[in-house]
Amino acid sequence: MALDSKTGTAPRDFKIIGTRPARPDGIDKVTGRARFGADMSAPGMLVGRVLRSPHAHARIKSIDSSAAEALSGVHAVVTRADFPTPEADVADILDNCMAGEKALYDGHAVAAVAAASAAVARQALKLIKVEYEPLPHVIDVDAAMASGAPALHEGRANETVPKGHSPNVMARHAFGHGDIDAGLAQADRVLERSYRTEATHQGYIEPHACLASMGADGQADLWCCTQGHYMVRNTCAAILGITQGQLRVTASEIGGGFGGKTTVFLEPVALMLAKKTGRPVKMVMSRAEVLRATGPTASSSVDIRLGMTSEGRITAGFAELRYQGGAYPGAPVDMGAMSAFAPYDLENVRTIGWDVVTNRPKAAAYRAPGAPMAAFAVESAIDELARDLGLDPLEVRLKNAAREGTRASYGPTYPAIGLEATLRTARDHPHWSAPLGPNQGRGVACGFWFNFGGDTCVSLNITPDGTVNLSEGNPDIGGSRASMSMMAAEELGIPYDKVRTVIADTGSLGQNEVTDGSRVTFAVGLATIEAARAAKREMCKRAAQVWGIDEEAVIWEDGAARPSGPNAGEHPPMTLAEIAAIASNTGGPIAGHHEVNAEGAGVSFATHMVDTEVDPDTGAVTILRYTVFQDAGKAVHPSYVEGQFQGGSVQGIGWALNEEYIYDDDGILQNAGFLDYRIPVASDLPMIDTVILEIPNPGHPYGVRGVGETSIVPPLAAIANAVSASIGTRMNDLPMSPPKVLAAIQAR
Amino acid sequence: MVQVTIWGSLAAATGDQTEVEIDATTLRELLDGLAARYPALKPQLDRGVSVAIDGRIYNDSWFTPIQEDSEVVLLARLKGG
Amino acid sequence: MSKIHVTTTINGDPVDYLCDAGESLLDVLRDRLGMTGSKEGCGTGDCGACSVTVDGRLVCSCLMLGAEAEGREIATIEGMADGETLHPLQRKFIEHAALQCGICTPGILVAAQSLLERNPDPTEEETRYWLAGNLCRCTGYDKIIRAVLDAAKEMREAP
Repeated sequence: MALDSKTGTAPRDFKIIGTRPARPDGIDKVTGRARFGADMSAPGMLVGRVLRSPHAHARIKSIDSSAAEALSGVHAVVTRADFPTPEADVADILDNCMAGEKALYDGHAVAAVAAASAAVARQALKLIKVEYEPLPHVIDVDAAMASGAPALHEGRANETVPKGHSPNVMARHAFGHGDIDAGLAQADRVLERSYRTEATHQGYIEPHACLASMGADGQADLWCCTQGHYMVRNTCAAILGITQGQLRVTASEIGGGFGGKTTVFLEPVALMLAKKTGRPVKMVMSRAEVLRATGPTASSSVDIRLGMTSEGRITAGFAELRYQGGAYPGAPVDMGAMSAFAPYDLENVRTIGWDVVTNRPKAAAYRAPGAPMAAFAVESAIDELARDLGLDPLEVRLKNAAREGTRASYGPTYPAIGLEATLRTARDHPHWSAPLGPNQGRGVACGFWFNFGGDTCVSLNITPDGTVNLSEGNPDIGGSRASMSMMAAEELGIPYDKVRTVIADTGSLGQNEVTDGSRVTFAVGLATIEAARAAKREMCKRAAQVWGIDEEAVIWEDGAARPSGPNAGEHPPMTLAEIAAIASNTGGPIAGHHEVNAEGAGVSFATHMVDTEVDPDTGAVTILRYTVFQDAGKAVHPSYVEGQFQGGSVQGIGWALNEEYIYDDDGILQNAGFLDYRIPVASDLPMIDTVILEIPNPGHPYGVRGVGETSIVPPLAAIANAVSASIGTRMNDLPMSPPKVLAAIQAR
Repeated sequence: MVQVTIWGSLAAATGDQTEVEIDATTLRELLDGLAARYPALKPQLDRGVSVAIDGRIYNDSWFTPIQEDSEVVLLARLKGG
Repeated sequence: MSKIHVTTTINGDPVDYLCDAGESLLDVLRDRLGMTGSKEGCGTGDCGACSVTVDGRLVCSCLMLGAEAEGREIATIEGMADGETLHPLQRKFIEHAALQCGICTPGILVAAQSLLERNPDPTEEETRYWLAGNLCRCTGYDKIIRAVLDAAKEMREAP
């Protein structure tokens, strides 16, 4: 039978792709019926709570839990001593879930209790006696790199770190090509600047939560809010020393993640408590625990050297990036170093990234991890140089824009990409030429993200009445059930509401990579389309059997099998429902499935434009207008694509203006709550305008690119460029909180 | 032979070459060939890499074919949020 | 510790429960009554995910004691739809894709309903300030504001 080519992206007329149907989980979510992490309970359930370090850095000399265990209503206490010695690949993850020899940050878990009620659990935590030997600590990335800095670990640096560095330096990453000095020599002007960003939290509104049970036979069940229940299964099984097949993980609805739910925190602890007590154990973090002990992003300190001709051609770009990623190796500085100059076509480009540990919670991924800080530095420098040379900053970006055939700063040659289209569209948009008032400024910046694919497994089942159930293994974090149903319906040629998509547990499908890297609409979509094609092949076969003709003489069109070709004969089409109704008579149930390690995710570019007004008396910044121009490849459900653009932009606005981790001299987090860690609220913002561009990704049957992450990359610099234009002096340190902006105004 | 571009901080493992030649027709042969020829690359190969072949990024699919004239670039292992 | 007996009305239904003196209304709703539609995002009144109304007044149920519900009329997200008929706000939230993850949605809907009861024709700015106590991290609020304004318009135009 004739099917669309696997990678065909020729323009085609879609019936369902590009429309905006209601999401299948919509009613559950507007009525309060949807069950999130903390919404599940089990008979005989106990409450689990965690005891956390009050020190930024301390040796744990002893833990005495006897008084807690003796308290009525306490069923178990767990410390690190309860866990088997971990394999190397999960050692840091376990140590972050439950401290071993040392507490490495304020809030680091040191013990946990399971009790009959929350009140008893709280009381029990107070009875656990931990003897600490406080150690010197370090919070700042540059301080942690200095010689003589307090060391968190010894001998953990990998082979890329030259000798003589602080033991807190874990890795060095260098990328680029060409000759920086030669490039700078060709420049009419060279800019050298340093930039800083603070750690910010993903800020999902749903705290981490899980419900675990484990029988004496080693079979375990876990319900939790996560971006990847297969990852939770594999990680917990490794930590607990059980097999993956013994542990079934069901993903709850997830109340936001943004990268922060791509690892485990409570889950292994809850399973261990469940194992020790023989009872189900539910654990839910408080907001303070979320901020103190789960993944903020890295803070950064970045030096830039940039050369430009008087016509605006960039002759050389150099960036040295230092990221602290908290108490364990793995700050996303490699991604920062690879993406920093990715939007530009440069002959001479070099980036060096340093991965540094400090006494802070281990950084978790946060939407395009590592890229926003790098883009903040590079896009600020380009803007300053362009304005110094009297050039239009948007035209300068266009002049240097990477396009098809450009060798990317991180190595490969780009296929068809959308950066230039976003810049041209931005230049021609009414926003770019709208008038500005006093104390107002306009900024633009570009951003890039790689996007991924990865292991994906879906199953598409045709019911006897001709409806379709699609099972996939990636938690729906922002409407992806709708996108999957749309792609299945499009491919099968049936109405959208004939398909219901569910998120299967780990026992029901093969391995699925985490919902990350903007991969789901691309990779799960690709697998869904292939699964639908497999089902169509089977349905054509069944029709061929009924008609007594060759399968090759049957095609699938508009939701029905049809005879085609000179020898097919005359037969009325058989619809999906008609074929489904006789499935038992023609060979049994009909299904399609697809398993793939999806490769070929297309990179994504965006240009953001923002107007700000600064109150000269207070330094407060108001966002007046914001427009996002981004390439989506093909927007499956445009409303949710717009939503990704808007949400990422506003997280970037928070990062640029308000959000930061504030520590006191003892290394204790001072703002572990939403009152003092202030994310943007509705009254801070205007509408966020969006322009979706569609430059098809040749690696996806419908041309889809991931869209979720790129949108947080440009805002930091776009806003800094706008604020700098508003006040007439550069803002190179984030967040641009009112005291900092006021100080800059007064110093100008 | 396939020409492979490696990133800057790995050049210490290849005698300061950022372009190396490996006899390979698949991704697996490429990674095995790199490890055999430049043992100092092994720690990074074990930690994980991504590979761009003609501008498309691959992670783990061993039998991804590589043509002689393909552009092959080793990348730090990509991770996302 | 002896418990307190409370008689109250929730979404029009008479309800009795026993609670500890220090227990929040949110904990009573979620853990004792199984009404998990109201969410705990912070427990300190900063995020609004636990919004309910008490005698028609919008409150964070995490800041009110369960014992204080005695003799009051509580309304939660579970009572917003009329049987299978969604409230216009609920319908408009789906239509405008005003939710991504959906965790803040119950609180925002309760808060928005409370706004429209007081002000059937709010401006964008009034809507933004009324909802400033309800955090959403996914949407950037754009589609939420549009959904509320569109629902208000439909409700005004309804016969």
